[in-house]
Amino acid sequence: MITIENLVKDFGAKRAVDGISFAVERGEVLGFLGPNGAGKSTTMRMITGFMPPTSGRITVGGHDIEAEPIAAKRLIGYLPENAAAYPDMTVGAFLRFSAEVRGLAGEARKRAVSRAVERCFLESVLHQSIDTLSKGYRHRTCLAQALIHDPDVLVLDEPTDGLDPNQKHEVRQLIRELGRSKAIVFSTHILEEVDAACTRAIIIDRGKIVANGTPEDLRAMSTLHGAVTLQAQGAMKEDLEALGRVEQVGEAFRIFPKADQTPAQLAQAVVDLVGRRSWRVEGMYSERGELDEVFRRITLPDTAQAR
Amino acid sequence: MKIVWTLVKRELGAYFASPIAYVFLVIFLLLTGFFTFTAGNFFERGEASLAAFFGWHPWIFLVVVPAVGMRLWAEERRSGTLELLLTLPIATWQAILAKFLASWLFLGLALFLTFPAVLTVNVLGSPDNGVIAAGYLGSFLLAGTYLAITCMTSAMTRNQVVAFIVSIVICLFLVLAGFNPVTDLLVRWASPAVVDTIAAFSVVTHFDGLQRGVIDTRDLVYFASVIGFSLFATSVILRAHRSG
Repeated sequence: MITIENLVKDFGAKRAVDGISFAVERGEVLGFLGPNGAGKSTTMRMITGFMPPTSGRITVGGHDIEAEPIAAKRLIGYLPENAAAYPDMTVGAFLRFSAEVRGLAGEARKRAVSRAVERCFLESVLHQSIDTLSKGYRHRTCLAQALIHDPDVLVLDEPTDGLDPNQKHEVRQLIRELGRSKAIVFSTHILEEVDAACTRAIIIDRGKIVANGTPEDLRAMSTLHGAVTLQAQGAMKEDLEALGRVEQVGEAFRIFPKADQTPAQLAQAVVDLVGRRSWRVEGMYSERGELDEVFRRITLPDTAQAR
Repeated sequence: MKIVWTLVKRELGAYFASPIAYVFLVIFLLLTGFFTFTAGNFFERGEASLAAFFGWHPWIFLVVVPAVGMRLWAEERRSGTLELLLTLPIATWQAILAKFLASWLFLGLALFLTFPAVLTVNVLGSPDNGVIAAGYLGSFLLAGTYLAITCMTSAMTRNQVVAFIVSIVICLFLVLAGFNPVTDLLVRWASPAVVDTIAAFSVVTHFDGLQRGVIDTRDLVYFASVIGFSLFATSVILRAHRSG
């Protein structure tokens, strides 16, 4: 539904987005990760047609965003950063306006508004003006606006920013549910959201894609991935070192796999060793890898260089 | 066109959502009333016309119209709703036109509410109502011209006060270029042809004709072209802003 080729955006001499390419199909939820100022919002603004790219091409549902902006924008629902909405309108009036401006009228408009209200749990504030809403409700109002015309493509800029943990959970669930039938791109800097909602994640840093894959793929990039952590009475570091590099973590040992070893092979080797030595195991698990470690490792070195 | 109307409705709604619209209407009517009847010596003139009423409009509008139009784009930029508006499936010109029309209609309503002045002069004497109608047309076009300029300055900034002041300055230039005390001063340094050329850029020169009841195509073209130019400039400014 969304294809992006060699997208570049310059702000004066500064290159904010530097040759990004990716595609998002229907049924995919793409998490867009990166440190602040990495170019996430700029990319989203270009996808939604707010900002023209310096070079590169974006198509949404086959429509080039620059050549056929209106056809492309019709397919998109957009939640901008900070969830802007007209403060002087009531929630109901704002949603009716959003529906009308998207070409919905009469019964269709009524249905669209009530569906969006239901999905985003807005019944209780329907007649309240937007500037009196709490941040969570304002966010949901803006999200409802993005969903009002049941778009094929959703672009959400930090949809869970400023929400409390329960609301975050609801929004993530909503994204996952919607992702079955739509193409969704959402940006975040909360890594747990990748697990909670994404089918795929892209990490960008200073305008470039530095990682692209499923949450599992990204986790596999972790140095921790496949390591076995073992806590056992009588375990000796020296014995374990025969299997691979060993690190002591508190009372436990963490054994890292050798280059050609799969996580399963290492785990089997550790179990065999434990059996031979008859150690009493108190805990043992295979590490999946930590996303924030991956995130830090691939985004930090560059920032350090920049200093 | 339907989309433009949807946007116009929203903009008009935004005016009346707060008490500001009503406060504004009252202030506008008090101002025109004061200038017409007190400062304009309406009764002492001894003529059945609204010259005292229309004569003040270029000056009253100078403050009033920028106050109405300053929020049009500046507020959208400040609150971030500009991003929402310009990612809707609409063309930028539709948004520009809708905002302009909504404010123009609002100013039209304010002008309409001055009808007691027309009634007064009709009760007291028998004025030429054709002249009065032309005067209203001139006032409406004048308001539109100031408003289009305010649209343009409003798109330049996220600060309404800046938009307000800059549009007053530009509109003041357009008034002064044809204001008699100024043209009299200019004649001392420049040839009459130059002074006439400068005065031709002034709203006052073109407003005067309509006020006297003369609907000259050249005047209409003047107002239409200033409005057209300013709205086009608005689209250029918005495009530049979006490009970063």
